[in-house]
Amino acid sequence: MDIEIYTNLAYIVAAALFIFGLKMLGSPATARRGNVFSSMAMLIAVIAGLIGSQAVSYEVIIVGILVGALIGTLSARLVAMTSMPELVALFNGSGGASSLLVGWATLYYFEGDVVPTFTAATIVLAILIGGLTFTGSLIAYGKLSERINSAALVFSGQRVLNSALLLAIVACAYLFCIDPSATSVYLYALLGLALLLGVMAVIPIGGADMPVVISLLNSYSGIAACAAGFAVGNNILIVAGALVGASGIILTNIMCKAMNRSLANVLFSGFGAAKTAKAVEGEVKPISVEDAYYILEAASNVCFVPGYGMAVAQAQHVVKELGKILEANGCEVSYAIHPVAGRMPGHMNVLLAEADVPYEQLVEMDDINPRIENVDVAIVIGANDVVNPSAREDPDSPIYGMPIINVDQARTVFVLKRSMASGFSGVDNPLFFGENTRMLFGDAKESISGVIGEFG
Amino acid sequence: MEIIFLTFILVLSVFLGFELISKVPATLHTPLMSGANAISGITLAGAFLAAGATNNDMASWLGGAAVAFATINVIGGYLVTDRMLGMFKSKRGK
Repeated sequence: MDIEIYTNLAYIVAAALFIFGLKMLGSPATARRGNVFSSMAMLIAVIAGLIGSQAVSYEVIIVGILVGALIGTLSARLVAMTSMPELVALFNGSGGASSLLVGWATLYYFEGDVVPTFTAATIVLAILIGGLTFTGSLIAYGKLSERINSAALVFSGQRVLNSALLLAIVACAYLFCIDPSATSVYLYALLGLALLLGVMAVIPIGGADMPVVISLLNSYSGIAACAAGFAVGNNILIVAGALVGASGIILTNIMCKAMNRSLANVLFSGFGAAKTAKAVEGEVKPISVEDAYYILEAASNVCFVPGYGMAVAQAQHVVKELGKILEANGCEVSYAIHPVAGRMPGHMNVLLAEADVPYEQLVEMDDINPRIENVDVAIVIGANDVVNPSAREDPDSPIYGMPIINVDQARTVFVLKRSMASGFSGVDNPLFFGENTRMLFGDAKESISGVIGEFG
Repeated sequence: MEIIFLTFILVLSVFLGFELISKVPATLHTPLMSGANAISGITLAGAFLAAGATNNDMASWLGGAAVAFATINVIGGYLVTDRMLGMFKSKRGK
């Protein structure tokens, strides 16, 4: 009884530190300290959990911690900043897997005693949400790292299949809760169905919608921890899991708003799978590196608009170098960042921070749009849908209504692009045919290096 | 009564979570996400119970795997978040 009081007191301290930590993560000045607070909370909670578990054997626990710590440390240290989205997806998946396993293992804790129905139900939830998070994150990882095709995968009968899957899950969950035991066939059925659900949930979502998926999976991993907390009757799991669940939902909501789409639309529409028939007619005006240099040399206000293509080309360092040269040339330089540019929330901010771009030069969409007409040259680097004027002008366009950065209203627009392929949404971009648009074809990194060479 | 008590905690925490993180600048979206992600590894505290509290082999294996997965999530999540925030910080100093 004594131990239980102490562990719970420790949990209260941990919960308070988690809350402080998250609060501080929300402001640039305190974010790093916030993360330290939150990790201290984790340490306290973990030690208290270890003491409170009154374990009879520590071997498995120690091996588990060592293996996990090794993998976690190595991947966090060694993975390149450009691969951050897939790494976060993998970490998220391990959280989900852990909740699933905790739920499953809890059944053995009862050793033949009757498992209360409420506990059985929370075990089902931990397995379902944990499994969904696990395989969903793995698919997201595959799509983000381009190991599997990142386009939305939609096939006929998908909805019927998914509905059948959900019905089967409900049925198995019910049958399991009637007679819960570690050897129940319905338990194994649920495990399989939960893992399948994660795959089915993420395959119809295209690469450009990944910021939403990642934040949603993040939220799920919190909810899974919450469910596991109910299963083992541990309140710190419930508090921390709920905090993560809520923060994930808020981020998901911000991402959906930035695309002017509902969450249901992102999750179920298979956006980008169907090509729209409407083609844009017009002439593309290519430009050489040399001509680009002459225009930039004379410009007094340049705005970079990065997208996922900058991450792929790893061009952030040369972009920053060009920015510095332009500044030295007496030019005002800014970087306009769309909320859903890239593959995870804030992706471009992280890349530009890695390249040491000054914080003050990063501007958000709502700040740049009112003064975009004063921009001499807007340089679009590997962004497509977030600068597509169809979103503003063409009510038939699938992305109509999505807020965009109005680069087409700048005096000149350079678009750095590999080829004329359309963006992830599969929508043609009238920007490329605009009167004031010049296309700089080729690898973004090489093109910019070329321009820098001209300055040299 | 235990169920009511746990649900009580859940509901309050959810509301608290929404209040805490309603306004976050876009720059911090990634660190916030990965920081929150690290917190979701809190399952570790529950995994000990599963890993060490019974002599059942199957339960130990499941629990051990749960401990390993959760540790990856916790350690990796915090380190990566710190690495990112470190980049944000270094240039403000200049």
